[in-house]
Amino acid sequence: MRPVYALSGGVSKFAKARPDKTFQAIVKEAYDYAIEDLGLDFEAFTALVDGSVASYFSDHFTRQLMAGIMAQDYLGLCPKPSHRVEGGGATGGLCFQEAWKSIASGHMDICVAYGFETMSHVETWKGNEFIALASDVSFDYPVGGFYSGYYAMMVTRHMKEFGTTVEEMAHVSVKNHINAFYNPYAQKRSRYTIDDVRNAPMVAWPLTRLDICVMSDGAAATILVSEDGLAKLEKAGAKISRPLVRVSGIGCGTDAMRMSDRPHLDYETFMRDYATEQEKSSGDTQSYYKKLWDHGTRYPGIHSFRAGRTAGNMAYKQAGVTDPLGELDFIELHDAYTSSEIQTYEDLGLCRYGEGGPFAASGKAHMPGIDYGMKLPEDPACPINPSGGLIACGHPVGATGLMQAVFALWQLQGTIKKHFNDGKLQVKDAKRGAIHSHAGTGTYVTVSILEGEG
Amino acid sequence: MAKQPDRRPDGLGGYIVHGVPFPVERDPDSLAFLKRMAPLQIEQDYAITYLHSYGQDSPWFAAASNKVLLGTRDANSGYTYATPRGHDMFSGKETDWIDLTDRPARIHAFTVCFFGSEEFLPETPFVLALIEFDDVNTLFLTRLMGMDPEQASLDWIGLEVKPGFLRNSKLKPTDVYFTPA
Repeated sequence: MRPVYALSGGVSKFAKARPDKTFQAIVKEAYDYAIEDLGLDFEAFTALVDGSVASYFSDHFTRQLMAGIMAQDYLGLCPKPSHRVEGGGATGGLCFQEAWKSIASGHMDICVAYGFETMSHVETWKGNEFIALASDVSFDYPVGGFYSGYYAMMVTRHMKEFGTTVEEMAHVSVKNHINAFYNPYAQKRSRYTIDDVRNAPMVAWPLTRLDICVMSDGAAATILVSEDGLAKLEKAGAKISRPLVRVSGIGCGTDAMRMSDRPHLDYETFMRDYATEQEKSSGDTQSYYKKLWDHGTRYPGIHSFRAGRTAGNMAYKQAGVTDPLGELDFIELHDAYTSSEIQTYEDLGLCRYGEGGPFAASGKAHMPGIDYGMKLPEDPACPINPSGGLIACGHPVGATGLMQAVFALWQLQGTIKKHFNDGKLQVKDAKRGAIHSHAGTGTYVTVSILEGEG
Repeated sequence: MAKQPDRRPDGLGGYIVHGVPFPVERDPDSLAFLKRMAPLQIEQDYAITYLHSYGQDSPWFAAASNKVLLGTRDANSGYTYATPRGHDMFSGKETDWIDLTDRPARIHAFTVCFFGSEEFLPETPFVLALIEFDDVNTLFLTRLMGMDPEQASLDWIGLEVKPGFLRNSKLKPTDVYFTPA
């Protein structure tokens, strides 16, 4: 397969509601920004781009079938090839990987991945209902379909098995909200404390309103190219930032729609099929896991996402990552819930299963140089969600995974200050980062590795 | 004192407006001004009646309406599903129905929903739980009754429970619920 480069991106301002524009025009904001950042005009780019992939989650929210072609049309991309990708919360991540495949396979030299969601057209509780329809409508939804409830059940099990605390979860909320304070694209830019998080209205015990991301209107776009595509753009006058950012690995995993159907695997199967290379090579970790299993832990159960572990292992293998905490400079991951950020630390091998809670409160996932209003016991090791993540940036579903790609690209280009008008969130000397997109109760998960070249 | 709401509840609904402000003149300046116009938003009803089929899972609902809790099992491996699946996920073979009504059961995980999807808002707070059964490999999502939502505790996990059934079936998975045994 051919090398694939992420060249440029754009993100619309994520907001609770954008009644000022239709979804097509919001996509165009992000798309135009990505083109302008290349230093090209609209017509010059249109002449060169080979096609696109469209990302949006819910036909219910748009109340418009085939919304993808309406965006394609509005962007002036007809009659170039395009298709829509849908996979719940991972729609944006899947879209990014579809565009990657278009380039890597040689099908296209220049491909745009664009995504959007406009969730403000219904009231919040109807929106929750739409989202809950992404659970089995025979056996799950009618019982009380509510994603915050599903995730709360996962975390009560995580707390019971591993001793994870609500204060550890609140650390994630404080970190991500304060990071977003410096991100002009974020929907929520507030400084909160652990007490603020715990005293917020309870939504689904033990998750409070500040443990949960919000619904948003927004769009994002990313331009991916081959080496030939890069040459074509530069020949047309594009000013391409260096270092180039290569997408060096992609991974995707799946799991059963119904949480109740997830397997509860034994220790041997876990070690053989799911352990990271790092876990497999550590006698200490093996004895740690043996103890967990002796006390009744089974994998993945409902406390862990084997789709996330599968996606991570696959992407790490392709990118040659063997020590994610040591070899990744940052991760933009899918923190729809504080608890799911903790679960994802474990899935991505940043710590062992069961240690996500202490990891969240350790300081390893925090940004250096930012005052979080608390003393953290350890230095930052791999900032997680330097942008503020879904919890603070918002979660316009089809745009979210692409927003992560754009922020990761800017980190690796070293251009955060240019795009945010503030360099506070720039990870110093960032060379390699990961983006992680997650659907349902862990049904589709994608992990993509991006790295700066040279 | 509990934190009080600082905003009045807000939502859709209101008066129908006839007549929309618009420039009287249609000269270029007036038309250019339209780019500065605030967006118009209209409410549209969005409702359907949908005919849903339970398909191969239909016997489960027939059983629940007769106060029987069914699961399914792979005949060869014995892998057993608390939430029925017509085909085993490992062998791909069609599963057999089994009776789980009197099977010892415990709370595997739970939450108390203080908010919810619109359809369930009037029922809040309610307790959602995943139930584990002896010698069954998967779980079952249900409503838990007989527990005080204000007293949620991790100690609930592991509590022995038993199924109860609605007297008048609705042919929904909530025809069965669980209470402490």
